[in-house]
Amino acid sequence: MEFILGHLNYWFVIVLMMTGLYIVISRGNLVKKIVGLNVFQVSVFMLYISIGKVTGGTAPIFPTDLQGKIQIDPTIVYSNPLPHVLILTAIVVGIATTSLGLALIVRIREEYNTIEEQDILDQDAATAHAENLAHGDAMGGRA
Amino acid sequence: MSSEAQHVALSLQDHLPVLQVLIPFLAGPLIVLLGSRTLAWPVAFIASFAAFVCSGLLLSQVMNGGFISYHIGGWAPPLGIEYRVDAANALVLLLISGISTVVLPFAKPSVADEIPQRHHTLFYATFMLCLTGLLGVVITGDAFNVFVFLEISSLSTYVLVAKGASKDRRALSAAYDYLIMGTIGATFFVIGLGLLYMATGTLNMADMADRIAALGTNRTVQAGFAFIIIGMGLKAAMFPLHHWLPNAYNYAPSAVTAFLAATATKAAIYVMLRFMFSVFQPDFVLDMGATWIIGLLAVIAMFVASFIAVFQNNFKRMLAYSSIAQIGYMLLGISMFNLNGLTATMVHLFNHGITKAALFMAVGALVLRTGTTFYDRIAGMGRVMPFTGAAVVVGGLSLIGVPGTAGFISKWVLVQAAFDNGWWWMALAIMASSLLAVIYVWRIVEALYLHAPNPEAEHQEAPLMMLGPIWIMAGACVWFGFDTELTLGTARTAAEALLAGSAGMAEIPTAAMH
Repeated sequence: MEFILGHLNYWFVIVLMMTGLYIVISRGNLVKKIVGLNVFQVSVFMLYISIGKVTGGTAPIFPTDLQGKIQIDPTIVYSNPLPHVLILTAIVVGIATTSLGLALIVRIREEYNTIEEQDILDQDAATAHAENLAHGDAMGGRA
Repeated sequence: MSSEAQHVALSLQDHLPVLQVLIPFLAGPLIVLLGSRTLAWPVAFIASFAAFVCSGLLLSQVMNGGFISYHIGGWAPPLGIEYRVDAANALVLLLISGISTVVLPFAKPSVADEIPQRHHTLFYATFMLCLTGLLGVVITGDAFNVFVFLEISSLSTYVLVAKGASKDRRALSAAYDYLIMGTIGATFFVIGLGLLYMATGTLNMADMADRIAALGTNRTVQAGFAFIIIGMGLKAAMFPLHHWLPNAYNYAPSAVTAFLAATATKAAIYVMLRFMFSVFQPDFVLDMGATWIIGLLAVIAMFVASFIAVFQNNFKRMLAYSSIAQIGYMLLGISMFNLNGLTATMVHLFNHGITKAALFMAVGALVLRTGTTFYDRIAGMGRVMPFTGAAVVVGGLSLIGVPGTAGFISKWVLVQAAFDNGWWWMALAIMASSLLAVIYVWRIVEALYLHAPNPEAEHQEAPLMMLGPIWIMAGACVWFGFDTELTLGTARTAAEALLAGSAGMAEIPTAAMH
């Protein structure tokens, strides 16, 4: 029990990570895949933030006195701020990926008139089949 | 921690490591801000050429061992971000910036033909960002920085691939697939980094190496290793993780394919090498059994991908599958785990880069005149485009590994490495897979020369703007087949440093800069 409760956030990370990856793999809807990818990435954010926690630590802000001089008390334990900073960068990367993915979906819908993976695969396979018939040696295509 | 403010007058020379990344990084937004279609290409070319000069100067400083450590903003590592240049990454930097500088002149007529005019400005800006990302991935000595640059290069790559949509809509689904797989790969890499940070508490690669060495191995470090190798394997198109590559290369615009095929997977292979040998110890990698897994997958890639390439009816797709097979050779070099093996990996990384750049640019020239890359449509074009056709032959010979070409040098070293381990059967396997390359190269030579020219195509040699870059690369294939001092010499220095493990990272730098 202690093993589960003591690592509760890590269990959440694992559950979220697997959920996200499963959605990416199993869903045929392109938008849902992007959502799954987001869930997957968010689990990594949680992993990093969990690393930053120091037992008994407080927010890593040095208190100042009235003159604005920093008061450093060596007895105070601070949490590690670095993982949070890293994850800020990773969040920005995640947003960029999501927006680019959605933009691609918009273009895909304009060209294919669908956002279901299977329909797109079928249309692509039909095109490839027609090409192979037209250009001979129909051994190529997907492999 | 009390860093005394040192205001030593630094020459431009001392800032080369950061200029290497900064010049293309600033050129990207500059192109967008100028917003001029006529200025976009010159700015991109000048920035790329400047980056090429930077990497040449850096390589000349570290070619014979030692490294340069550059502290971003004057913050000393391990707290600050460090750029670290040694023989291994200087060679890759030279390859990336060199390919970009050669591909850009080629891109001008090719992009004008394949991409709608209103996208040109943004195309060159994205191209610059992609170059920035790739250079950054290679030059940085900070593990998290690798991820950030990796995503800069990947995101711009997805956009560049999708630009092929005006010719074939399948570029869009290829770019989407690449985005999904690439993001999963990058996220795996970050998970691995997180686990390593958990175990070591540092992000600087050299510092991480020291702490892992002191710490010994544990489950967290092992899991981190697995995540990093698989994440990078996805980016490098390691055999079972290669699914994104054929479509992305096939449907991307010709100039983009030429640039990516020669650089993107190579940068990923370099990161893999750096983590396996410099951050983790060589002994640790052996204990994990990683060499057996990578070696097995590499051999499968060499045969299966070559075999698939033989049956293609499309020149560009054939080259894409051949790329997967060639990446197999690089991974095989790693799995041999001796000096010659790593030298072969580094040399093949460079030689395959120039070979594929020459071939994919020749494809671009054929696309300009015939509109497609199918064998029956480019049939006989070698007769009406003699210079392009000859470049395909030279590149093809280098792909096979015929003596007198760059490809021969890397395969020679790889076979030597196999004998060093006493794996004579592996040497036979390398020969056998090269025979498959003979078949797929012969098929394209046959299509280009032994048929009557396709009457629908435009019967004219490619413009000089394209022929120049193609022949610079084809010439390089021959040049580096004879003069191996730059490639083989640097690769050997790099391999020695890599095999030394973290000791290779901890030497006294030849120059430390703030």
